[in-house]
Amino acid sequence: MQRRSFFKVAGASVAASTLVLAGCSDEPDPTPVAENILAFNSFDAQGNVIDDGILNYAYLLTQLEAAFYQKVVAAPPADLQQGELAYLTDLRDHELIHREYLKAILGSKAYDSGAATPLEFTFTSFTLTTRVGVWAAAQQLEDIAAAAYNGAGKLLVVTANLLALAKIASVESRHAALAHEMVQADSFGATIGADGLDDTKTPTEVFVLIQPFVPIKLSAANLPIS
Amino acid sequence: MNILKLISDIEKVDPEVYDRFDSRRKVFKHMTGMGKTLASAAVPGFLGAVFNKAYGQTSTLPQGIQDILNFALKLEYLEYYFYNKGLATTGLIPSGAGRDALSVIRDDENKHVAFLKTALGISAATVVVPESKFDFTGSKGGTRAALFADVFSNYQTFLAVAQSFEDTGVRAYKGGAAGLMANDTILEAALNIHSVEARHASHLRTMRRGGPTVAGAGTGASPKSWITGTESGGAGGSITAPIYGAGASGFPAEDNVTQGGVNLQTALSSLNFPATAFTEAFDEPLDGTTVTNIVLNFVVGTTL
Repeated sequence: MQRRSFFKVAGASVAASTLVLAGCSDEPDPTPVAENILAFNSFDAQGNVIDDGILNYAYLLTQLEAAFYQKVVAAPPADLQQGELAYLTDLRDHELIHREYLKAILGSKAYDSGAATPLEFTFTSFTLTTRVGVWAAAQQLEDIAAAAYNGAGKLLVVTANLLALAKIASVESRHAALAHEMVQADSFGATIGADGLDDTKTPTEVFVLIQPFVPIKLSAANLPIS
Repeated sequence: MNILKLISDIEKVDPEVYDRFDSRRKVFKHMTGMGKTLASAAVPGFLGAVFNKAYGQTSTLPQGIQDILNFALKLEYLEYYFYNKGLATTGLIPSGAGRDALSVIRDDENKHVAFLKTALGISAATVVVPESKFDFTGSKGGTRAALFADVFSNYQTFLAVAQSFEDTGVRAYKGGAAGLMANDTILEAALNIHSVEARHASHLRTMRRGGPTVAGAGTGASPKSWITGTESGGAGGSITAPIYGAGASGFPAEDNVTQGGVNLQTALSSLNFPATAFTEAFDEPLDGTTVTNIVLNFVVGTTL
């Protein structure tokens, strides 16, 4: 298949022109729709699952969080309470370290390794001029990240990669619990279900949630689902 | 035309394609989503149904996976009994936010016990580990000096021991994760419990530094909600030091700054971040033997 061959060669690509079938119609020749799509690839040339796609997925999440906290720490809201800037600075440091770590282990396989500039994320939907707005945004991003890591583990095939993401995952959960408490005391367990398990999200679900912040259409079509 | 290849190719574009062909899978997917909305009382039986569908009878679970789940079950019992006893001790836990939080945590641990029993095919009524197995003062049933003599009379000591258990739990689940990779359903569940333990640990740390009792900043700087270096031994000094220390070969201490073979503190020195940030950014796993030795401090007898 032509489209698949492209991904085999390119891995993940920014602003690549790919074809999306606009549903299955009865017409003999459905018209392909050209779009710019960011699709991480988790299959090698033989069609075997590899971890590059999920590691890139995690890398994107760390980029998003790092960019958010960098923006907040660079211009913190005036009504932050005592100690809160220190929390936010720690959060920024952790996410930047996560980002640089994943970028390093991906090397040339990082989706943006050939890009002149990294993606610019948009946070205009957040209110970053008040402490409540900042912590509500942090809570949203940390909950997404925690749920994403919870769902990503089983999609990995290399043990070292599972450990690498698990080491980051619990730190994200710690972050999320703190962000919850900054918004509302004792709400640390808000995402925990009736079964005592935390939230889990698939890459497809996560992409829907983070799409508003990302300036290119995200696709989980080339990521594994089990 | 190779229909299987076609479906496989479509799947790359439409991950849901199998749902459209296979109603059994669709049912399973919907059942998974229902878990969050079911009343807790109905959950254990429901989970049994999901687990049976996901990977058949418990007897077919590989021994290695059963061993990890059994070990996790004992740790969950330890935590559940600890919180339950604390909450039942008059005058220990103040009413309000603290009591509410510890009740939530206690209930989560109880659900983890139920969950793991279901996964292992153990009936809900079976008590696998009795409460009498544990001595949370650390005196091992009065056979040695207590490590935390005031654990049930001093709220701060109680919180300190609680944090120690949760931080241990995070490391233990992370250490066990690699052994569960053969079974996606169990691995995902274990990672979810791991995440819950981390949220608990974070909250207990926030409680210990004195905030927030209302929404807002904590009143103290220490302990942070995440693990800094080896925590100077942690909440109980030399007694809790192994919780943050190195385990068996391949399990470095929490002050580790080398990830994936790269010393991040050196490689990223241009960021000018404090050294502590590089340790805080990663939680380290711990091996079963080291976890067992930590937990044995709170067990009556020589085996867990």
